[in-house]
Amino acid sequence: MRGVSGRDVSAEGVSGEDVSRRGVAVRGVSGRGVSVSGVSGRGVSGRGVSARGGGRKPRARGIALNAAAATVLIVMIFPVYWMFATAFKPTAEIQSETPGLWPAHPTLEHFATAVSADGFWTFWRNSLLVTGGAVLLALVVALLSAFAVARMRWRGRGAFIVMVFAAQMAPWEALLVPMFIIARDTDLLDSLAMLTGVYFMITLPFTIVTLRGFLAAIPTEVEEAALVDGCTRLAAFRRVVFPLLAPGLMATSLFGFITAWNEFAFVNVLIIKDQDKRTLPVWLSSFRDVFGTDWGATMAAATLFALPVLVLFLFLQRRVGAGMIAGAVKG
Amino acid sequence: MSVPAATRAPAPPRRGPGRPVPPGRPRRPRRLWPYLLIAPTVVGGVFLLLYPLFRAATISFQHFRMGELIRGGAELVGLDNYRELLAGGEFWTVVLRTFVWTGINVVLIMGLSTAVALMLARLGRRMRLALMSALALAWATPIIAATTIFQWLFQSELGIVNWLLTRLGFESFQGYSWFADGQAMFGVLVVLVVWQSVPFAALTLYAGLTTIPAELYESARIDGGTGRQIFTRVTFPILRPMFALITSLEVIWVFKCFPQIWVLSQGGPDGATTTLPVYAFRIARALHRYDLGSAVAMLTVVVLAVALISNLRRMLRQEGAEP
Repeated sequence: MRGVSGRDVSAEGVSGEDVSRRGVAVRGVSGRGVSVSGVSGRGVSGRGVSARGGGRKPRARGIALNAAAATVLIVMIFPVYWMFATAFKPTAEIQSETPGLWPAHPTLEHFATAVSADGFWTFWRNSLLVTGGAVLLALVVALLSAFAVARMRWRGRGAFIVMVFAAQMAPWEALLVPMFIIARDTDLLDSLAMLTGVYFMITLPFTIVTLRGFLAAIPTEVEEAALVDGCTRLAAFRRVVFPLLAPGLMATSLFGFITAWNEFAFVNVLIIKDQDKRTLPVWLSSFRDVFGTDWGATMAAATLFALPVLVLFLFLQRRVGAGMIAGAVKG
Repeated sequence: MSVPAATRAPAPPRRGPGRPVPPGRPRRPRRLWPYLLIAPTVVGGVFLLLYPLFRAATISFQHFRMGELIRGGAELVGLDNYRELLAGGEFWTVVLRTFVWTGINVVLIMGLSTAVALMLARLGRRMRLALMSALALAWATPIIAATTIFQWLFQSELGIVNWLLTRLGFESFQGYSWFADGQAMFGVLVVLVVWQSVPFAALTLYAGLTTIPAELYESARIDGGTGRQIFTRVTFPILRPMFALITSLEVIWVFKCFPQIWVLSQGGPDGATTTLPVYAFRIARALHRYDLGSAVAMLTVVVLAVALISNLRRMLRQEGAEP
């Protein structure tokens, strides 16, 4: 398990110190700095076991392996690719008997349809406001808690951590009805503020756990050195820890962003009458009312919805993945 | 906040988070600070998580329908809602279906993810990166976007799936309507959820695989272990905690999965894809039986709690290992 956290740590670029903090035993295996030999060595030997050492027909096994990998790759990519392809195809091509693998005459007309659809920009703005608000709030609040958990010892710390873990697995789907009733009683139905609050709470536990992981990966010695040099604790945090933490903050906020951007159930329950308060997922899920059977426009809309997340995610995937694993497994 | 750091003895090497409490530091602010820092989190949790949970529990013991929603003043009826629920045949069908749904999905997800993770470990560098990127792409695709895409893939007249199946010789799939038949709908939902879930599990397992020292494999190989033996005797035991964690996470996620089902089928056709969360939502939303819906939700929580507690205990053990 520790090894996984090592990976996470090395993604942050402070691996050396951290690995040494965690003891020599892990050294060869986990931290990426060291692991350039460790992991790649394992890669080579892994291949050695299957292709060179163990198998009788290495060539055939290699081909089978790569063919299987190619199949998985196609299965994973195809739906997303097909969304792009359809979005750029003229309607005639979409409706042809034999679908072409790529758009023969790419067009942007479907994007024009999607963008000019009723309220598209309003929903876009709503999504951005709610998601951004929730993520920022969660980051600030989580940073405070993460700092308390990672850097201080206090009575109740263990209980607090348990609560955060439990909250991370909270059955949000079971809270749709009470949340609707609470919002109704407090006049917060059809309010973006309420939605922001809910999204904040959904992303908060995860944010705390992950940030704590990132914080714990930053050796206290760095901070102590700053303190010795005469910094106050706040200044030490701001000048030394924060810059080291920035990538972690970014990765964590990204994950929160994706969660909130995707959220579907609560918008459905909390935005009832005021259709102008809806967010993109709801809009997209009701595309039948918007576009009928215009699949080109639907796929263009799906593309516009998915694109920001895809771009960000591909960009930061490693870090988020590793951070999430570290948080889930070790904390 | 300022710390007389210079007077402190050099910190002993310490594993894990948390700094040693230095002697001779002012006591009081230090005791108060952590609580101030966690206060916003606690407030948020109380208002937006514990209180709704408490409300759900309360409503499930009340007579709470359209009238009570508007007028207020719901009265307590004890276990009536639960009695009504457990006596009805539909509830048990839904429970059974939810378990079947969870079982099929989790078995497929874990099996496929393990295969993909092992595959990743054996691939050449370039192919491995390509496959990892593909997995990340599928992982990142927003749920509702993916759901919409799958509606298009399985569309009866123009969908690529029917076209492909027809081309492969399964003529009966020409114009086949996947969303009209209960089992077909169920199948499409399984494909969708598995497609969405495999990337996380596979990439996590692969990350775990890379932490197993090469020497272990080498010695196993020298001892004459076959590929399968190496997996069952070396790889699996080392990764067992990770397998357990991912499995329980997937159980939780699949069990309470809602948006995919709601968008694709709303639990239909004929209730063939109604799982517990969908059932709770439908009862509350369509029938305005908020009391009964809450009772279903509470039972869902109870079932989930079993998976959740085993998970928590595992996390706490990790926590205990690192003071």
